[in-house]
Amino acid sequence: MIVNGEPRELPAGVTVTALVIDLGLPAGGRGVAVAVDGEIVPRGEWETHELDDEARVEVLTAMQGG
Amino acid sequence: MSALLSLAGRELRSRLILGTGGFPSLELLREAIEASGTELVTVALRRIDPAMRGSLVDVLEDAGVELLPNTAGCFTARDAVMTARLAREAFETDLVKLEVIGDERTLLPDAPELLVAAEELIDDGFTVLPYTNDDPILARRLEDVGCAAVMPAGSPIGSGIGIANPYNIALITEHANVPVVLDAGIGTASDAALAMELGCDAVLCASAISRAQDPPRMARAIRAAVEAGLAAREAGRIPRRRYAEASSPMHGLADLAGGPVE
Repeated sequence: MIVNGEPRELPAGVTVTALVIDLGLPAGGRGVAVAVDGEIVPRGEWETHELDDEARVEVLTAMQGG
Repeated sequence: MSALLSLAGRELRSRLILGTGGFPSLELLREAIEASGTELVTVALRRIDPAMRGSLVDVLEDAGVELLPNTAGCFTARDAVMTARLAREAFETDLVKLEVIGDERTLLPDAPELLVAAEELIDDGFTVLPYTNDDPILARRLEDVGCAAVMPAGSPIGSGIGIANPYNIALITEHANVPVVLDAGIGTASDAALAMELGCDAVLCASAISRAQDPPRMARAIRAAVEAGLAAREAGRIPRRRYAEASSPMHGLADLAGGPVE
């Protein structure tokens, strides 16, 4: 799958929650938003939303900005 | 003491909104927040950076300020709406500083896209604070579609030019029925004071503070300028005159024309 524009090796069927933890983020994902293939995945669905090999995932958070 | 600022359903003591962009370190950001007295700070939404040290969200939470996510970097209504929805997910807030940029060189707003995005987000339950041009008609249109404030640019983002068209800013503040926040272009404290004297309800400032040589000290200066500008406006300035008007009485002047006493 592609995570933030970079290929990432993770078993197919991994959940969004598992990806978030794999990225070193807190499991609760405070301050984090996730989109898969251009669609937002609400935090309540992270535990159940599975990612396939072709998934394009964006994992976003707060950065300093005007 | 001036009244609280009613903005987006909140009652704020501070009329300075701080942009968090451009600070050389989180520590300087923390010090500037404290010095500014701000209660509301902007953040951008970007891909996580594994190399980043320290958490911006933690710093802002410790400072006790509320987050105002922006849609900076969006050039279309579609991208801005998507970014606002992602920010709502990430930060659990309906507030959004809506930016739809028309041009990389000036970073000035794209008016038609901005209106489309504002309407769509308001329909979706957002509280929309749009970064707009210093155009009184566009400001009115944004108010008409339900924006909670209008935030006209004084001059391009990060330019430090100040308020390029004070006449237009005054027209906007005269006619607006929602708070007007001067957003973008502030270079130093006097620009912030002028914004308040022109009738703005608040000032949003990032680069003028974050890129100053001493950001916390500039935060203090701009905070004082916002307070001074508001006080001056409420105190009622004297009219401008073409010629002088003496402030000392003209009668009772000594006759100093005579020669020495004989």
